[in-house]
Amino acid sequence: MANSSTTKNEAVSAKPAAQAFTTMSVLAPAVGWLIPGAGHLIQKRWIRGLLLMGSIVTMFVLGLLMQGRVYQPNGGDILDILGFIGDVGAGGLYIVVQATGMAQNAIAHATQDYGTKYLIVAGLLNFISVADAYHIAIGKKP
Amino acid sequence: MTLTLSHFTAALLFAVFASVVFGITQRSTSREQVRYGFYCFAMFLGGVFVAGWVMWLLRR
Repeated sequence: MANSSTTKNEAVSAKPAAQAFTTMSVLAPAVGWLIPGAGHLIQKRWIRGLLLMGSIVTMFVLGLLMQGRVYQPNGGDILDILGFIGDVGAGGLYIVVQATGMAQNAIAHATQDYGTKYLIVAGLLNFISVADAYHIAIGKKP
Repeated sequence: MTLTLSHFTAALLFAVFASVVFGITQRSTSREQVRYGFYCFAMFLGGVFVAGWVMWLLRR
């Protein structure tokens, strides 16, 4: 009994202590949001970073090639606002698309609807990637 | 340039990219990440087939 509780205590103390506020804990999520996967790359998680970057950027570009709708910040409708939140997760990619005027606003055929979903999900996956970069930065994840 | 994918190809690519991100972000060790990535991919693709058969049955 005493043995098992001692082992449990050792396991808890062996866990690396999470540091909530460091330069990296601010920088990694910010860079990761701006450039998908870069939050991992600056922490020298090369393979994870490249895989995340490849997946999210490819998904976003495929969405654009399918002429998916890019939501605007001032959509008005609640679904448009949710779509915008998803899109903006892609960070720099969304900013570039808005700045260069590549954004498609109206859906004319079914493939474009797939594209719209690709764009939103690419942004949402980048939010998950940003959270992961933060967890690595504070030492919660190896 | 416009890309036109079939529904299945779109679902397949979606499954690949989402599984990669889920695998990397939801598990800690490399081995677990690969296993979870494949698990998610199988679930995504399995879901597509199950939904397809359900729709086929409903249509009959």
